[in-house]
Amino acid sequence: MASLPRARESRTEDPDRGADAAVISLRGAALAYGERVLWQDLDLDVRPGEFLAVLGPNGSGKTSFVRALLGQRPLSAGTLTVLGRPPSKGSRHIGYIPQQATLSEHAMLRARDLVRFGIDGHGFGPRLRTAAVRRRVDEVLESVGAAAYADVPVGLLSGGEQQRVRVGQAMATDPRILLCDEPLLSLDLHHQRAVTELVDARRRSHNTAVVFVTHEINPVLGLVDRVLYLARGSYRVGTPDEVLTSEAMSQLYGTQVDVVRVRGRITVVGVPDEVAEPPHHPELPHGVRP
Amino acid sequence: MTIADGIWQQIFSFDNYGELLALVRNSLIAGAALGLVGGLVGVFVIRRDLPFAVHGISELSFAGASAALLLGVNIVGGSIVGSLIAAGAIGVLGSRARDRNSVIGTLMPFGLGLGVLFLALYKGRAANKFGILTGQIVAVDTPQMSWLLGTSAVVLVALAVMWRPLTFASADPDVAEARGVPVRGLSFAFMLVLGLAVALSVQIVGALLVLTLLVTPAAAAARITASPVLLPALSVVFAVASIEGGILLALGSSIPISPYVTTISFSIYLACRLVGTYRTRQWGTGRTVPEPG
Repeated sequence: MASLPRARESRTEDPDRGADAAVISLRGAALAYGERVLWQDLDLDVRPGEFLAVLGPNGSGKTSFVRALLGQRPLSAGTLTVLGRPPSKGSRHIGYIPQQATLSEHAMLRARDLVRFGIDGHGFGPRLRTAAVRRRVDEVLESVGAAAYADVPVGLLSGGEQQRVRVGQAMATDPRILLCDEPLLSLDLHHQRAVTELVDARRRSHNTAVVFVTHEINPVLGLVDRVLYLARGSYRVGTPDEVLTSEAMSQLYGTQVDVVRVRGRITVVGVPDEVAEPPHHPELPHGVRP
Repeated sequence: MTIADGIWQQIFSFDNYGELLALVRNSLIAGAALGLVGGLVGVFVIRRDLPFAVHGISELSFAGASAALLLGVNIVGGSIVGSLIAAGAIGVLGSRARDRNSVIGTLMPFGLGLGVLFLALYKGRAANKFGILTGQIVAVDTPQMSWLLGTSAVVLVALAVMWRPLTFASADPDVAEARGVPVRGLSFAFMLVLGLAVALSVQIVGALLVLTLLVTPAAAAARITASPVLLPALSVVFAVASIEGGILLALGSSIPISPYVTTISFSIYLACRLVGTYRTRQWGTGRTVPEPG
Protein backbone atom coordinates (compact mmCIF):
# COMPACT_ATOMS: atom_id res chain seq x y z
CA MET A 1 0.00 0.00 0.00
CA ALA A 2 1.21 3.45 -0.77
CA SER A 3 2.54 5.40 2.13
CA LEU A 4 4.47 8.49 1.30
CA PRO A 5 5.78 9.44 4.71
CA ARG A 6 7.54 6.10 4.94
CA ALA A 7 9.44 6.86 1.77
CA ARG A 8 10.71 10.09 3.27
CA GLU A 9 11.72 8.44 6.49
CA SER A 10 13.58 5.71 4.71
CA ARG A 11 15.92 8.19 3.07
CA THR A 12 17.05 9.41 6.44
CA GLU A 13 16.68 6.20 8.41
CA ASP A 14 20.35 5.31 8.26
CA PRO A 15 22.58 8.36 8.31
CA ASP A 16 25.74 6.31 8.80
CA ARG A 17 25.35 4.65 5.46
CA GLY A 18 25.07 8.21 4.24
CA ALA A 19 26.63 9.66 1.17
CA ASP A 20 29.17 7.09 0.14
CA ALA A 21 27.54 3.69 0.61
CA ALA A 22 26.78 2.22 -2.80
CA VAL A 23 23.10 2.07 -3.72
CA ILE A 24 23.81 -0.56 -6.37
CA SER A 25 26.58 -3.08 -5.97
CA LEU A 26 27.60 -5.86 -8.38
CA ARG A 27 30.32 -8.41 -7.65
CA GLY A 28 31.44 -10.94 -10.23
CA ALA A 29 28.06 -10.55 -11.84
CA ALA A 30 27.20 -12.35 -15.05
CA LEU A 31 24.13 -12.73 -17.22
CA ALA A 32 23.81 -15.42 -19.85
CA TYR A 33 21.09 -16.86 -22.01
CA GLY A 34 22.14 -20.49 -22.28
CA GLU A 35 25.52 -20.49 -23.94
CA ARG A 36 25.42 -16.82 -24.88
CA VAL A 37 27.09 -14.67 -22.25
CA LEU A 38 25.87 -11.08 -22.27
CA TRP A 39 28.37 -9.89 -19.70
CA GLN A 40 30.43 -11.46 -16.91
CA ASP A 41 32.81 -10.69 -14.03
CA LEU A 42 31.09 -7.35 -13.63
CA ASP A 43 32.19 -5.43 -10.52
CA LEU A 44 30.44 -2.13 -10.11
CA ASP A 45 29.34 0.20 -7.33
CA VAL A 46 26.95 3.03 -8.02
CA ARG A 47 26.99 5.75 -5.37
CA PRO A 48 24.18 8.10 -4.40
CA GLY A 49 24.03 11.09 -6.72
CA GLU A 50 26.12 9.38 -9.37
CA PHE A 51 25.09 9.51 -13.04
CA LEU A 52 25.98 6.23 -14.72
CA ALA A 53 25.35 5.87 -18.44
CA VAL A 54 24.98 2.29 -19.71
CA LEU A 55 26.01 2.06 -23.34
CA GLY A 56 26.45 -0.71 -25.87
CA PRO A 57 25.12 -2.06 -29.13
CA ASN A 58 21.79 -3.89 -29.42
CA GLY A 59 21.91 -7.31 -27.83
CA SER A 60 24.80 -6.40 -25.54
CA GLY A 61 22.65 -6.88 -22.45
CA LYS A 62 21.62 -3.33 -21.56
CA THR A 63 17.98 -4.28 -21.15
CA SER A 64 18.91 -7.41 -19.20
CA PHE A 65 20.99 -5.21 -16.91
CA VAL A 66 17.89 -3.11 -16.23
CA ARG A 67 15.76 -6.19 -15.67
CA ALA A 68 18.30 -7.53 -13.20
CA LEU A 69 18.21 -4.27 -11.23
CA LEU A 70 14.40 -4.40 -11.19
CA GLY A 71 14.47 -7.93 -9.81
CA GLN A 72 12.83 -9.28 -12.96
CA ARG A 73 15.78 -11.40 -14.01
CA PRO A 74 18.18 -13.29 -11.78
CA LEU A 75 21.93 -13.15 -12.44
CA SER A 76 23.61 -16.23 -13.88
CA ALA A 77 26.52 -15.76 -11.48
CA GLY A 78 27.82 -13.31 -8.90
CA THR A 79 25.89 -11.03 -6.59
CA LEU A 80 23.79 -7.93 -6.99
CA THR A 81 22.51 -5.77 -4.16
CA VAL A 82 20.23 -2.79 -4.47
CA LEU A 83 20.20 -0.59 -1.37
CA GLY A 84 22.03 -3.32 0.52
CA ARG A 85 19.56 -6.07 -0.34
CA PRO A 86 18.96 -8.45 -3.23
CA PRO A 87 16.78 -6.67 -5.78
CA SER A 88 13.06 -7.07 -5.18
CA LYS A 89 10.22 -6.69 -7.63
CA GLY A 90 8.32 -3.45 -7.45
CA SER A 91 10.63 -1.60 -5.09
CA ARG A 92 9.41 1.90 -4.36
CA HIS A 93 13.01 3.04 -4.07
CA ILE A 94 13.58 2.62 -7.78
CA GLY A 95 11.92 5.06 -10.17
CA TYR A 96 11.70 3.57 -13.64
CA ILE A 97 11.45 5.57 -16.87
CA PRO A 98 11.17 3.50 -20.06
CA GLN A 99 11.04 4.73 -23.64
CA GLN A 100 8.07 6.84 -24.61
CA ALA A 101 6.55 4.35 -27.07
CA THR A 102 5.72 1.83 -24.34
CA LEU A 103 2.85 4.02 -23.14
CA SER A 104 -0.41 2.65 -24.60
CA GLU A 105 -2.19 4.79 -27.18
CA HIS A 106 -5.46 3.64 -25.64
CA ALA A 107 -4.49 4.57 -22.09
CA MET A 108 -7.51 6.85 -21.56
CA LEU A 109 -5.97 8.44 -18.50
CA ARG A 110 -4.97 11.97 -17.61
CA ALA A 111 -1.41 13.00 -16.92
CA ARG A 112 -2.22 13.22 -13.21
CA ASP A 113 -3.55 9.65 -13.17
CA LEU A 114 -0.32 8.36 -14.64
CA VAL A 115 1.71 10.09 -11.93
CA ARG A 116 -0.63 8.73 -9.33
CA PHE A 117 -0.14 5.17 -10.56
CA GLY A 118 3.54 5.66 -9.82
CA ILE A 119 2.53 5.88 -6.16
CA ASP A 120 -0.35 3.46 -5.69
CA GLY A 121 -1.05 1.82 -9.08
CA HIS A 122 0.22 -1.57 -7.95
CA GLY A 123 -2.28 -2.04 -5.10
CA PHE A 124 -5.30 -4.31 -5.42
CA GLY A 125 -8.72 -3.36 -4.13
CA PRO A 126 -10.07 0.14 -3.47
CA ARG A 127 -7.82 3.13 -2.90
CA LEU A 128 -6.92 4.38 0.56
CA ARG A 129 -5.17 7.53 1.77
CA THR A 130 -6.36 9.50 -1.20
CA ALA A 131 -5.93 13.08 0.07
CA ALA A 132 -2.21 12.73 0.82
CA VAL A 133 -1.59 10.97 -2.47
CA ARG A 134 -3.46 13.66 -4.40
CA ARG A 135 -1.39 16.39 -2.78
CA ARG A 136 1.80 14.56 -3.65
CA VAL A 137 0.65 14.18 -7.29
CA ASP A 138 0.06 17.94 -7.59
CA GLU A 139 3.45 18.61 -6.07
CA VAL A 140 5.18 16.26 -8.51
CA LEU A 141 3.34 17.61 -11.56
CA GLU A 142 4.41 21.10 -10.55
CA SER A 143 8.03 20.06 -10.08
CA VAL A 144 8.35 18.56 -13.57
CA GLY A 145 6.53 21.46 -15.22
CA ALA A 146 3.54 19.35 -16.22
CA ALA A 147 0.92 21.12 -14.11
CA ALA A 148 -0.44 22.97 -17.15
CA TYR A 149 -1.58 19.73 -18.77
CA ALA A 150 -2.31 17.70 -15.64
CA ASP A 151 -5.89 17.04 -16.76
CA VAL A 152 -5.22 16.43 -20.43
CA PRO A 153 -5.54 12.80 -21.58
CA VAL A 154 -2.03 11.38 -22.05
CA GLY A 155 -2.96 10.25 -25.55
CA LEU A 156 -3.23 13.91 -26.59
CA LEU A 157 0.18 14.86 -25.18
CA SER A 158 3.31 15.05 -27.31
CA GLY A 159 6.02 12.45 -26.80
CA GLY A 160 8.11 14.98 -24.91
CA GLU A 161 5.22 15.91 -22.63
CA GLN A 162 4.51 12.24 -21.97
CA GLN A 163 8.11 11.64 -20.94
CA ARG A 164 8.00 14.67 -18.67
CA VAL A 165 4.98 13.11 -16.95
CA ARG A 166 6.83 9.79 -16.81
CA VAL A 167 9.73 11.46 -15.02
CA GLY A 168 7.23 12.79 -12.51
CA GLN A 169 5.70 9.33 -12.16
CA ALA A 170 9.12 7.85 -11.45
CA MET A 171 9.92 10.52 -8.85
CA ALA A 172 6.56 10.30 -7.11
CA THR A 173 7.68 7.72 -4.56
CA ASP A 174 10.80 9.72 -3.75
CA PRO A 175 13.13 7.00 -5.04
CA ARG A 176 16.85 6.70 -4.30
CA ILE A 177 17.63 5.33 -7.73
CA LEU A 178 16.30 6.52 -11.09
CA LEU A 179 16.48 3.78 -13.68
CA CYS A 180 16.09 5.22 -17.17
CA ASP A 181 15.82 2.80 -20.10
CA GLU A 182 16.23 4.73 -23.36
CA PRO A 183 13.90 7.51 -22.16
CA LEU A 184 15.02 9.85 -24.95
CA LEU A 185 14.17 7.50 -27.79
CA SER A 186 11.92 9.14 -30.41
CA LEU A 187 12.14 12.55 -28.75
CA ASP A 188 13.46 15.60 -30.59
CA LEU A 189 16.59 17.35 -29.31
CA HIS A 190 14.62 20.00 -27.46
CA HIS A 191 12.66 17.42 -25.47
CA GLN A 192 15.72 15.24 -24.98
CA ARG A 193 17.32 18.17 -23.20
CA ALA A 194 14.20 18.89 -21.14
CA VAL A 195 13.97 15.30 -19.90
CA THR A 196 17.69 14.96 -19.12
CA GLU A 197 17.61 18.26 -17.24
CA LEU A 198 14.73 17.04 -15.08
CA VAL A 199 16.57 13.83 -14.28
CA ASP A 200 19.75 15.72 -13.52
CA ALA A 201 17.95 18.23 -11.31
CA ARG A 202 16.45 15.40 -9.29
CA ARG A 203 19.87 13.83 -8.82
CA ARG A 204 21.36 17.08 -7.58
CA SER A 205 18.51 18.05 -5.27
CA HIS A 206 17.99 14.61 -3.69
CA ASN A 207 21.31 12.86 -4.29
CA THR A 208 19.44 10.25 -6.31
CA ALA A 209 21.61 7.81 -8.25
CA VAL A 210 20.84 7.72 -11.96
CA VAL A 211 21.35 4.67 -14.17
CA PHE A 212 20.75 5.85 -17.70
CA VAL A 213 20.61 3.22 -20.45
CA THR A 214 21.06 4.74 -23.88
CA HIS A 215 22.54 3.92 -27.24
CA GLU A 216 23.33 7.59 -27.74
CA ILE A 217 25.72 9.18 -25.28
CA ASN A 218 25.74 12.74 -26.59
CA PRO A 219 22.48 14.05 -25.06
CA VAL A 220 23.77 13.14 -21.59
CA LEU A 221 27.51 13.50 -22.13
CA GLY A 222 27.81 16.64 -20.03
CA LEU A 223 26.07 15.01 -17.04
CA VAL A 224 27.66 11.59 -16.98
CA ASP A 225 30.02 10.68 -14.15
CA ARG A 226 30.82 7.20 -15.38
CA VAL A 227 30.07 5.01 -18.34
CA LEU A 228 29.40 1.28 -18.34
CA TYR A 229 30.00 0.11 -21.91
CA LEU A 230 28.76 -3.42 -22.68
CA ALA A 231 29.82 -5.26 -25.84
CA ARG A 232 30.79 -8.72 -27.02
CA GLY A 233 30.22 -10.39 -23.65
CA SER A 234 32.54 -7.98 -21.94
CA TYR A 235 32.48 -4.44 -20.55
CA ARG A 236 34.44 -1.31 -19.72
CA VAL A 237 33.62 1.01 -16.89
CA GLY A 238 35.04 4.43 -16.08
CA THR A 239 34.67 8.10 -16.88
CA PRO A 240 33.73 8.97 -20.46
CA ASP A 241 37.31 10.08 -21.04
CA GLU A 242 38.62 6.72 -19.95
CA VAL A 243 36.10 4.49 -21.71
CA LEU A 244 35.19 6.38 -24.87
CA THR A 245 38.64 6.30 -26.42
CA SER A 246 39.80 4.61 -29.61
CA GLU A 247 42.09 2.40 -27.60
CA ALA A 248 39.52 1.17 -25.06
CA MET A 249 36.80 0.70 -27.67
CA SER A 250 39.12 -1.16 -30.04
CA GLN A 251 40.08 -3.49 -27.23
CA LEU A 252 36.43 -4.05 -26.27
CA TYR A 253 35.28 -4.73 -29.81
CA GLY A 254 38.41 -6.69 -30.72
CA THR A 255 38.93 -4.69 -33.87
CA GLN A 256 40.07 -1.20 -34.86
CA VAL A 257 37.40 1.25 -33.71
CA ASP A 258 37.86 5.01 -33.79
CA VAL A 259 36.30 7.38 -31.33
CA VAL A 260 35.98 10.81 -32.85
CA ARG A 261 35.32 13.93 -30.83
CA VAL A 262 33.91 16.87 -32.69
CA ARG A 263 32.75 20.00 -30.82
CA GLY A 264 32.09 18.19 -27.61
CA ARG A 265 30.23 15.35 -29.31
CA ILE A 266 31.41 11.77 -29.51
CA THR A 267 31.02 9.46 -32.45
CA VAL A 268 32.22 5.87 -32.51
CA VAL A 269 33.32 4.85 -35.99
CA GLY A 270 34.07 1.40 -37.31
CA VAL A 271 32.02 -0.74 -34.92
CA PRO A 272 31.74 -4.20 -36.55
CA ASP A 273 28.52 -4.61 -38.51
CA GLU A 274 26.98 -7.44 -36.57
CA VAL A 275 26.94 -5.42 -33.37
CA ALA A 276 26.58 -1.96 -34.86
CA GLU A 277 22.82 -1.87 -35.14
CA PRO A 278 22.09 1.32 -33.26
CA PRO A 279 23.99 3.84 -35.37
CA HIS A 280 25.78 6.59 -33.53
CA HIS A 281 24.25 9.47 -35.38
CA PRO A 282 23.91 12.27 -32.88
CA GLU A 283 22.35 14.68 -35.36
CA LEU A 284 19.52 12.36 -36.35
CA PRO A 285 16.34 12.11 -34.29
CA HIS A 286 15.75 8.49 -33.40
CA GLY A 287 12.30 8.20 -34.80
CA VAL A 288 11.86 4.49 -35.25
CA ARG A 289 13.03 1.64 -33.14
CA PRO A 290 13.71 -1.53 -35.11
CA MET B 1 -52.50 1.49 -44.97
CA THR B 2 -49.30 1.90 -46.93
CA ILE B 3 -46.41 -0.56 -46.71
CA ALA B 4 -44.36 2.01 -44.88
CA ASP B 5 -47.02 2.30 -42.18
CA GLY B 6 -47.09 -1.47 -41.86
CA ILE B 7 -43.34 -1.65 -41.35
CA TRP B 8 -43.49 1.21 -38.87
CA GLN B 9 -46.12 -0.69 -36.87
CA GLN B 10 -43.94 -3.75 -36.82
CA ILE B 11 -41.00 -1.76 -35.47
CA PHE B 12 -42.90 0.36 -32.97
CA SER B 13 -46.05 -0.99 -31.39
CA PHE B 14 -47.26 -0.07 -27.95
CA ASP B 15 -50.57 -2.00 -27.78
CA ASN B 16 -51.21 -3.64 -24.40
CA TYR B 17 -47.92 -2.18 -23.24
CA GLY B 18 -48.66 -2.42 -19.53
CA GLU B 19 -49.35 -6.15 -19.63
CA LEU B 20 -46.29 -6.80 -21.75
CA LEU B 21 -44.13 -4.82 -19.38
CA ALA B 22 -44.95 -7.20 -16.55
CA LEU B 23 -43.71 -10.08 -18.69
CA VAL B 24 -40.29 -8.62 -19.20
CA ARG B 25 -39.63 -7.57 -15.61
CA ASN B 26 -36.90 -10.21 -15.40
CA SER B 27 -35.37 -9.03 -18.62
CA LEU B 28 -35.20 -5.47 -17.35
CA ILE B 29 -33.38 -6.57 -14.20
CA ALA B 30 -31.02 -8.76 -16.23
CA GLY B 31 -30.53 -5.85 -18.61
CA ALA B 32 -29.51 -3.53 -15.82
CA ALA B 33 -26.97 -6.05 -14.52
CA LEU B 34 -25.68 -6.59 -18.02
CA GLY B 35 -25.38 -2.86 -18.67
CA LEU B 36 -23.35 -2.48 -15.49
CA VAL B 37 -21.05 -5.36 -16.40
CA GLY B 38 -20.76 -4.42 -20.08
CA GLY B 39 -20.07 -0.76 -19.36
CA LEU B 40 -17.28 -1.54 -16.89
CA VAL B 41 -15.66 -4.40 -18.81
CA GLY B 42 -15.86 -2.30 -21.98
CA VAL B 43 -13.53 0.28 -20.47
CA PHE B 44 -10.78 -2.33 -20.41
CA VAL B 45 -11.74 -3.75 -23.79
CA ILE B 46 -10.93 -0.30 -25.20
CA ARG B 47 -7.87 0.27 -23.02
CA ARG B 48 -6.37 -3.09 -23.93
CA ASP B 49 -7.43 -2.90 -27.57
CA LEU B 50 -9.52 -6.08 -27.42
CA PRO B 51 -12.67 -5.46 -29.53
CA PHE B 52 -11.71 -8.26 -31.92
CA ALA B 53 -11.25 -10.63 -28.98
CA VAL B 54 -14.79 -9.80 -27.84
CA HIS B 55 -16.10 -10.79 -31.25
CA GLY B 56 -14.04 -13.98 -31.28
CA ILE B 57 -15.16 -15.03 -27.81
CA SER B 58 -18.79 -14.38 -28.65
CA GLU B 59 -18.66 -16.86 -31.55
CA LEU B 60 -17.45 -19.63 -29.27
CA SER B 61 -20.00 -18.58 -26.71
CA PHE B 62 -22.58 -19.05 -29.46
CA ALA B 63 -21.23 -22.54 -30.11
CA GLY B 64 -21.51 -23.35 -26.39
CA ALA B 65 -25.05 -22.02 -26.21
CA SER B 66 -26.20 -23.97 -29.26
CA ALA B 67 -24.61 -27.13 -27.91
CA ALA B 68 -26.56 -26.60 -24.70
CA LEU B 69 -29.75 -26.02 -26.66
CA LEU B 70 -29.22 -29.25 -28.58
CA LEU B 71 -28.46 -31.23 -25.42
CA GLY B 72 -31.33 -29.64 -23.56
CA VAL B 73 -29.16 -28.29 -20.74
CA ASN B 74 -28.84 -24.75 -19.37
CA ILE B 75 -28.10 -22.37 -22.22
CA VAL B 76 -26.39 -19.77 -20.04
CA GLY B 77 -24.12 -22.49 -18.69
CA GLY B 78 -23.26 -23.65 -22.20
CA SER B 79 -22.60 -20.11 -23.28
CA ILE B 80 -20.28 -19.54 -20.30
CA VAL B 81 -18.31 -22.73 -20.99
CA GLY B 82 -17.82 -21.75 -24.64
CA SER B 83 -16.75 -18.24 -23.65
CA LEU B 84 -14.26 -19.37 -21.05
CA ILE B 85 -12.65 -21.87 -23.42
CA ALA B 86 -12.26 -19.15 -26.05
CA ALA B 87 -11.02 -16.53 -23.59
CA GLY B 88 -8.56 -18.97 -22.04
CA ALA B 89 -7.23 -19.98 -25.45
CA ILE B 90 -6.79 -16.36 -26.51
CA GLY B 91 -5.17 -15.57 -23.17
CA VAL B 92 -2.65 -18.42 -23.46
CA LEU B 93 -1.95 -18.51 -27.19
CA GLY B 94 -2.23 -14.80 -27.87
CA SER B 95 -0.58 -13.26 -24.84
CA ARG B 96 1.54 -11.16 -27.16
CA ALA B 97 -0.51 -8.56 -29.01
CA ARG B 98 1.19 -9.46 -32.27
CA ASP B 99 -0.14 -13.04 -32.23
CA ARG B 100 -3.49 -12.26 -30.71
CA ASN B 101 -5.49 -11.26 -33.77
CA SER B 102 -4.45 -14.27 -35.82
CA VAL B 103 -5.31 -16.59 -32.91
CA ILE B 104 -8.74 -14.98 -32.66
CA GLY B 105 -9.25 -15.04 -36.41
CA THR B 106 -8.51 -18.77 -36.34
CA LEU B 107 -10.78 -19.61 -33.40
CA MET B 108 -13.73 -17.52 -34.52
CA PRO B 109 -14.84 -19.35 -37.70
CA PHE B 110 -14.32 -22.68 -35.95
CA GLY B 111 -16.67 -21.61 -33.16
CA LEU B 112 -19.22 -20.29 -35.60
CA GLY B 113 -19.03 -23.52 -37.60
CA LEU B 114 -19.63 -25.63 -34.50
CA GLY B 115 -22.58 -23.43 -33.57
CA VAL B 116 -24.15 -23.84 -37.00
CA LEU B 117 -23.70 -27.61 -36.73
CA PHE B 118 -25.43 -27.80 -33.35
CA LEU B 119 -28.29 -25.58 -34.49
CA ALA B 120 -28.76 -27.65 -37.65
CA LEU B 121 -29.09 -30.77 -35.51
CA TYR B 122 -31.53 -29.08 -33.13
CA LYS B 123 -35.17 -29.87 -33.92
CA GLY B 124 -36.87 -27.46 -31.55
CA ARG B 125 -38.37 -24.01 -32.07
CA ALA B 126 -36.69 -21.87 -34.70
CA ALA B 127 -37.05 -18.81 -32.47
CA ASN B 128 -34.69 -20.37 -29.96
CA LYS B 129 -32.01 -20.72 -32.63
CA PHE B 130 -32.45 -17.20 -33.90
CA GLY B 131 -32.41 -15.86 -30.36
CA ILE B 132 -28.88 -17.02 -29.62
CA LEU B 133 -27.57 -15.11 -32.62
CA THR B 134 -29.62 -11.94 -32.50
CA GLY B 135 -30.90 -11.70 -28.96
CA GLN B 136 -34.17 -12.16 -27.13
CA ILE B 137 -35.93 -10.61 -24.21
CA VAL B 138 -38.70 -12.85 -23.05
CA ALA B 139 -36.53 -15.91 -22.65
CA VAL B 140 -35.07 -14.84 -19.33
CA ASP B 141 -36.81 -17.18 -16.90
CA THR B 142 -36.11 -17.49 -13.21
CA PRO B 143 -33.37 -20.15 -13.22
CA GLN B 144 -31.59 -18.27 -15.99
CA MET B 145 -31.97 -15.10 -13.97
CA SER B 146 -30.02 -16.53 -11.08
CA TRP B 147 -27.27 -17.63 -13.47
CA LEU B 148 -27.13 -14.19 -15.05
CA LEU B 149 -27.09 -12.31 -11.77
CA GLY B 150 -24.63 -14.72 -10.16
CA THR B 151 -22.20 -14.43 -13.04
CA SER B 152 -22.58 -10.65 -13.04
CA ALA B 153 -21.70 -10.60 -9.36
CA VAL B 154 -18.55 -12.67 -9.99
CA VAL B 155 -17.46 -10.28 -12.74
CA LEU B 156 -18.13 -7.19 -10.64
CA VAL B 157 -16.21 -8.50 -7.63
CA ALA B 158 -13.26 -9.53 -9.82
CA LEU B 159 -13.21 -6.09 -11.44
CA ALA B 160 -13.39 -4.31 -8.10
CA VAL B 161 -10.37 -6.21 -6.82
CA MET B 162 -8.14 -5.78 -9.86
CA TRP B 163 -9.37 -2.46 -11.23
CA ARG B 164 -6.40 -0.32 -10.23
CA PRO B 165 -3.45 -2.57 -11.17
CA LEU B 166 -5.30 -3.64 -14.32
CA THR B 167 -5.68 -0.01 -15.35
CA PHE B 168 -1.99 0.59 -14.66
CA ALA B 169 -0.96 -2.54 -16.57
CA SER B 170 -3.21 -1.62 -19.50
CA ALA B 171 -1.94 1.94 -19.80
CA ASP B 172 1.75 1.50 -19.11
CA PRO B 173 2.71 -2.19 -18.90
CA ASP B 174 6.48 -1.67 -18.58
CA VAL B 175 6.29 0.73 -15.69
CA ALA B 176 3.56 -1.35 -14.06
CA GLU B 177 5.80 -4.40 -14.20
CA ALA B 178 8.69 -2.42 -12.75
CA ARG B 179 6.40 -1.41 -9.89
CA GLY B 180 5.59 -5.04 -9.17
CA VAL B 181 2.23 -5.42 -10.90
CA PRO B 182 1.72 -9.04 -12.09
CA VAL B 183 1.10 -7.88 -15.64
CA ARG B 184 0.81 -11.29 -17.32
CA GLY B 185 -1.36 -12.78 -14.60
CA LEU B 186 -3.74 -9.83 -14.75
CA SER B 187 -3.89 -10.09 -18.51
CA PHE B 188 -5.06 -13.69 -18.27
CA ALA B 189 -7.46 -12.97 -15.40
CA PHE B 190 -9.03 -10.19 -17.42
CA MET B 191 -9.54 -12.49 -20.41
CA LEU B 192 -11.56 -14.82 -18.18
CA VAL B 193 -13.61 -11.91 -16.82
CA LEU B 194 -14.18 -10.80 -20.39
CA GLY B 195 -15.31 -14.32 -21.27
CA LEU B 196 -17.96 -14.21 -18.55
CA ALA B 197 -19.13 -10.76 -19.63
CA VAL B 198 -19.47 -11.94 -23.22
CA ALA B 199 -21.47 -15.01 -22.16
CA LEU B 200 -23.87 -12.71 -20.29
CA SER B 201 -24.27 -10.35 -23.21
CA VAL B 202 -24.96 -13.17 -25.64
CA GLN B 203 -28.13 -13.98 -23.66
CA ILE B 204 -29.72 -10.61 -24.37
CA VAL B 205 -28.27 -9.07 -27.50
CA GLY B 206 -27.14 -12.28 -29.19
CA ALA B 207 -23.73 -13.49 -30.28
CA LEU B 208 -23.49 -11.30 -33.36
CA LEU B 209 -24.03 -8.02 -31.55
CA VAL B 210 -22.11 -8.35 -28.31
CA LEU B 211 -19.79 -5.53 -29.38
CA THR B 212 -22.65 -3.07 -29.01
CA LEU B 213 -22.56 -3.56 -25.22
CA LEU B 214 -18.88 -4.34 -24.63
CA VAL B 215 -17.28 -1.80 -26.95
CA THR B 216 -19.60 0.99 -28.06
CA PRO B 217 -20.54 2.49 -24.64
CA ALA B 218 -16.93 2.65 -23.44
CA ALA B 219 -15.72 3.93 -26.80
CA ALA B 220 -18.36 6.65 -26.63
CA ALA B 221 -17.41 7.64 -23.08
CA ALA B 222 -13.73 7.73 -24.04
CA ARG B 223 -14.51 10.42 -26.61
CA ILE B 224 -15.56 12.86 -23.95
CA THR B 225 -13.56 12.10 -20.81
CA ALA B 226 -10.34 10.54 -19.57
CA SER B 227 -11.26 10.85 -15.90
CA PRO B 228 -10.78 7.47 -14.22
CA VAL B 229 -14.10 7.91 -12.38
CA LEU B 230 -16.25 9.57 -15.02
CA LEU B 231 -15.17 7.28 -17.84
CA PRO B 232 -16.48 4.01 -16.36
CA ALA B 233 -19.53 5.80 -14.91
CA LEU B 234 -20.56 7.21 -18.29
CA SER B 235 -19.82 3.92 -19.99
CA VAL B 236 -22.22 2.17 -17.59
CA VAL B 237 -24.90 4.82 -18.08
CA PHE B 238 -24.64 4.46 -21.86
CA ALA B 239 -24.73 0.67 -21.73
CA VAL B 240 -27.72 0.58 -19.37
CA ALA B 241 -29.56 3.20 -21.42
CA SER B 242 -28.98 1.23 -24.62
CA ILE B 243 -30.13 -2.08 -23.28
CA GLU B 244 -33.10 -0.93 -21.22
CA GLY B 245 -34.20 1.43 -23.97
CA GLY B 246 -33.87 -1.42 -26.42
CA ILE B 247 -35.97 -3.76 -24.30
CA LEU B 248 -38.72 -1.17 -23.81
CA LEU B 249 -38.91 -0.30 -27.49
CA ALA B 250 -38.75 -3.90 -28.68
CA LEU B 251 -41.50 -4.97 -26.35
CA GLY B 252 -44.58 -4.62 -28.53
CA SER B 253 -42.93 -5.50 -31.81
CA SER B 254 -42.22 -8.77 -33.52
CA ILE B 255 -38.61 -7.78 -34.20
CA PRO B 256 -35.65 -9.01 -32.12
CA ILE B 257 -34.26 -6.66 -29.52
CA SER B 258 -30.83 -6.19 -31.03
CA PRO B 259 -31.54 -3.50 -33.67
CA TYR B 260 -33.04 -1.30 -30.96
CA VAL B 261 -30.07 -1.74 -28.66
CA THR B 262 -27.50 -1.21 -31.38
CA THR B 263 -29.25 1.87 -32.74
CA ILE B 264 -29.46 3.56 -29.34
CA SER B 265 -25.87 2.60 -28.57
CA PHE B 266 -24.64 3.91 -31.91
CA SER B 267 -26.58 7.17 -31.56
CA ILE B 268 -24.95 7.77 -28.18
CA TYR B 269 -21.57 7.13 -29.77
CA LEU B 270 -22.24 9.64 -32.54
CA ALA B 271 -23.33 12.27 -30.03
CA CYS B 272 -20.20 11.66 -27.97
CA ARG B 273 -17.97 12.02 -31.01
CA LEU B 274 -19.53 15.41 -31.69
CA VAL B 275 -19.00 16.54 -28.11
CA GLY B 276 -15.55 14.97 -28.16
CA THR B 277 -14.37 17.10 -31.06
CA TYR B 278 -15.17 20.14 -28.97
CA ARG B 279 -13.52 18.69 -25.86
CA THR B 280 -10.33 17.81 -27.69
CA ARG B 281 -10.04 21.37 -28.91
CA GLN B 282 -10.54 22.54 -25.35
CA TRP B 283 -7.82 20.22 -24.03
CA GLY B 284 -5.51 21.41 -26.76
CA THR B 285 -5.89 25.05 -25.80
CA GLY B 286 -6.44 24.46 -22.10
CA ARG B 287 -2.74 24.55 -21.30
CA THR B 288 -2.30 27.76 -19.47
CA VAL B 289 1.46 27.74 -19.82
CA PRO B 290 3.31 27.00 -23.02
CA GLU B 291 5.58 24.04 -22.54
CA PRO B 292 8.78 25.25 -20.95
CA GLY B 293 12.20 24.02 -21.88
